[in-house]
Amino acid sequence: MLLFLGKRLLQLIPTLFFVSVIIFGLQQLLPGDPALAMAGEERDPDVLEQIRKQYRLDQPVYAQYLYWMGGVLSGDLGESMRLKESVLTLILQKFPVTLQLALMAIVISLAIGVTAGVISAVKKDTAIDYAVNLVSLWGISTPNFWLGIMLIFFFAVHLGWLPASGYVSPFEDFKLSMQTTILPAFVLGNSFAAVLMRHTRSAMLQAMTSDYVRTARAKGLAERVVILKHAMRNALTPVVTLGALELGTLLSGAVLTEQVFSIPGFGKLIVDSVFNRDYAVVQGVTLITATTYILLNLLADIAYVLINPRLRG
Amino acid sequence: MKRLALLGMVAAALLSGSSAIAQTTLRIGLAEDPDILDPTLARTYVGRIVFAALCDKLFDIDDKLNLVPQLALSHETASDGKTVTIKLRSGVKFHDGEAMDAEAVKASLERHMTLQGSFRKPELAAVDKVEVADASTVRLLLKNPFSPLLAQLADRAGMILSPKAAKEAGDKFGLKPVCAGPFKFVERVQQDRIVLEKFPDYWNAANVHLDRVIFRPIVESTVRLANLKSGSLDLIERALATDLKEIKADPKLKLATQIEIGYQGLTLNLANGEAGKNGPFGKDPRVRLALETAIDRKALSDVVFNGEVLPGNQWVSPRSPYFQQKFPVPSRDVARAKKLLADAGMTTPIAVDFMVPNNPESRQAAEVIQAMAAEAGFDMKIRVTEFATSLKEAEEGRFQAFFIGWSGRIDPDGNSYIFHKCKAPQNNGHFCNAEVDQWLDDARKASKVEERKAIYEKVADKYLKEGAIIYLYHRLVIIAHTQRLESYVQLPDGLVRLVGVKLKP
Repeated sequence: MLLFLGKRLLQLIPTLFFVSVIIFGLQQLLPGDPALAMAGEERDPDVLEQIRKQYRLDQPVYAQYLYWMGGVLSGDLGESMRLKESVLTLILQKFPVTLQLALMAIVISLAIGVTAGVISAVKKDTAIDYAVNLVSLWGISTPNFWLGIMLIFFFAVHLGWLPASGYVSPFEDFKLSMQTTILPAFVLGNSFAAVLMRHTRSAMLQAMTSDYVRTARAKGLAERVVILKHAMRNALTPVVTLGALELGTLLSGAVLTEQVFSIPGFGKLIVDSVFNRDYAVVQGVTLITATTYILLNLLADIAYVLINPRLRG
Repeated sequence: MKRLALLGMVAAALLSGSSAIAQTTLRIGLAEDPDILDPTLARTYVGRIVFAALCDKLFDIDDKLNLVPQLALSHETASDGKTVTIKLRSGVKFHDGEAMDAEAVKASLERHMTLQGSFRKPELAAVDKVEVADASTVRLLLKNPFSPLLAQLADRAGMILSPKAAKEAGDKFGLKPVCAGPFKFVERVQQDRIVLEKFPDYWNAANVHLDRVIFRPIVESTVRLANLKSGSLDLIERALATDLKEIKADPKLKLATQIEIGYQGLTLNLANGEAGKNGPFGKDPRVRLALETAIDRKALSDVVFNGEVLPGNQWVSPRSPYFQQKFPVPSRDVARAKKLLADAGMTTPIAVDFMVPNNPESRQAAEVIQAMAAEAGFDMKIRVTEFATSLKEAEEGRFQAFFIGWSGRIDPDGNSYIFHKCKAPQNNGHFCNAEVDQWLDDARKASKVEERKAIYEKVADKYLKEGAIIYLYHRLVIIAHTQRLESYVQLPDGLVRLVGVKLKP
C-alpha cells in the first residue's frame, strides 16, 4: 500500500508540472496587454513601461514562468496587479464561499433529483411520470442566467422575502447567509437535479425489474420497503458518483450564477481577473483548482484500492 | 403532503424578513469592483466614487465645474504662471489622528510624482518642486505655466494621504487607506463589499449625517436595479438609460441625473499601422466628413437610449463653458455625404473594419451607425471585441473605426491634449498637425477661460474637420436612489458625494 501511495505521489510531480506549463502557456495566448488593461484610461507610456518592469512583463516568457514557479514552490502564488493583494489571500477568501454554494447546490439537486427520479420510476408511464419528465426537461433547458434574474424579481422584488443578491458568511449571520445563498444554490442545483433525475429514473427502472427486487417482493415485504431499502440503495451508486463529479465542477466556481447574484466566489474572481488580464490571479486560481482535482482523483484511487485489494499490484 | 407544506412554510418564515440594519447605513450599488484604493495607484472611474467618501482633495468642483475649496482654502498663481501658492484649511486631521498640514501635502504630492507605477505622475508632470512655506501653506514650483493643474488637484492627484500610513504601508497603502475624508475605511472583501464609517474628527463632521457606508459591486445592471427596488440597496450608480422609465414609475425611487463630462464617439484610424494607411479615412478628410454627415445623432439617441443622451460634436458637452457655439451639432444629410465621397474620388461601398467593445449599449449604437452609414456608401463591418483586447488592437492600429468613449475630466485639456496631440498616448488614430500641437500647448499656458476658449476654437476648426474622432453624444450620469435619501446632489463628474446627505428612517 505504501509503495502504491509513493508511486502515485511521485506521478503527481510531473502531472502538476505539465499543468503549470499549460496554464502559463495558454494565458500567453490571451490577446491584449496586461499593462494596457491595467492602465485602462490612464495609459501614459512611461507609466506603462514602469508597470511592465515592475511585474516582469518585459522579460521573456520562460523567465516569467521560472520566476512564478520559484514563488509557487516557496508557497507564494504572487500578487494581484489590480488589487495589490496576495493571490493566496484572495483564494482563501473566496474558497469558503464557493464551497458553501457548491455543497448547498449538491444537497438541493440530490433532494430534488433523486426524489423525482424515484417517483417517476415507480409511477412509470403515468401522468406523474410524464409531469416529472416535463419538469426535468425544463430544468435542463432553462439557462441559469435567466432563471437567476427571474427568481430575483419574484422573491426579492415582488415578494420581498429574500435579498436580491450578495453574500454573507454563515459564521457572521447564519440566517442571512442562508437567505443570500438559497437562490443561487437553487439555480445551480436545479439544472443538475434534472440530470440526476434522469439517471435515477433509469437506474431505478433497471433495479425494479431485477431478481433481488422480485425476491424481496416474494418475501412479502411492503412495497415502500422494497423501493427504498432494496431497489433505491443499489440504484444510487452511479448517482453518487455523478454527484461527486459535479461537486468537483462546482468547486471551480459557477461563473454565470455568481455574476448574477454577485456572489464573491471563485467564478467571479477568475472572470474579473481574465477581463483585467490579472495574470497572477488567473494562474493561482487555475493551479489550485487543478491541484484539487488531481488530489481528489488520487483519493478516489486510494479508496478503490482499499475496497479492492486486487488493484494493489 | 401536509407535512411538506408545513415544512415549506417554516422554511419560508425562517428565510424571510430582512435583518436589522442601522438606519443610518447607506448601501450603494457600484457597477464594477473598484481597483486598489490608493489614490496614487488607482485608475478606475468606479474607484473615484469610493474615494469621494474616503479621501478629501485639495479642491472640489461645483455643479458648474468651478473649483471650490476642500482641504485647501485658497490658491494663487504668480503672474509668470510658474508658482502656485495654496493655503490649507487648518486643524484638519487624518483618520489615524495625524495632522493634515503643509508637510503632509508635500509628502502626498511627492508620492504621487515618484511612487513606482503611479498613475498621477503624468497629471503632475508640470510640477518641478513642492515647498512648504509654513504649516498651512504649500508652494508648487512649475516647470512651465500649466493652467489645468488646479483641476488635477480637484481629482485623485489632489487627494492627501496620511504620511505616516503611506510610509508604513508603501505600495500596500490601498489595502487599508488612511485619508482625511468624511468616512474612514473599515474593511473590504474583494468583489463583495467596501465598508466605511463616519470619521468623527472630520473637518466638516457637522454635515455628515450617515454612520456607515457600504459599497457593493453588482455588475449586472438589472440586478443592481432589482436590489434598489427590493430595498437591499439605497442608491445605485450607472442605471441604464433604458431603465429610466421604470425608475420614474416607481414611487419609492428618485432620480438624480446630469450630463457627463466625457463623451462617446468614433475614433477613426488615419495613419496608425497598415489598417490606417490603407484605410479610407487617411486618404481624404472628406471621407471622414462624409461619415459624420451620414450619422443622425438625434435618431441614434432616440433609438438606442430612448432620447436620454445629449447629442454632441465636440470633446466637451454643449453645456460646458468651453463648447464652441460656432460649430453646432451638424444634422444628417445623406446626399451631401454621397457627394463628399464622390468628390474625394472614392468608390462605394467603402469597407470599414469597425471595432466595437462587447457591451449591449455599444453594440446597439454601432448597429444603428452601421445602418445610417450604409445609406451613404459605407460598409461598416462590425467586429465586437472584448474590452481589454480592443485597447491593444487600438494601440497597435488594428482597426479603421473604433466605437469608444472617455469618462471625461474637469478641465477641457483632459479631454483633448492626450487625444489630439501628435504621438500622444490616446491618439490611436494618429492625427498629427503641428499647428494643433502648438495651440494645445498655448491653451495650457493661458489661464483665463475666454483666452483659452479662443485658442480651443482654432483647435476645433481644424480637428472637427480633419481630426481622428467623430464625437457623437454625451451620456447621462444616472443615479437612482430611495425616496428616503434627502439632499442628494448630483454633479456632472458622476461621483457620489455624501456630505450633507440624510437618510430618513
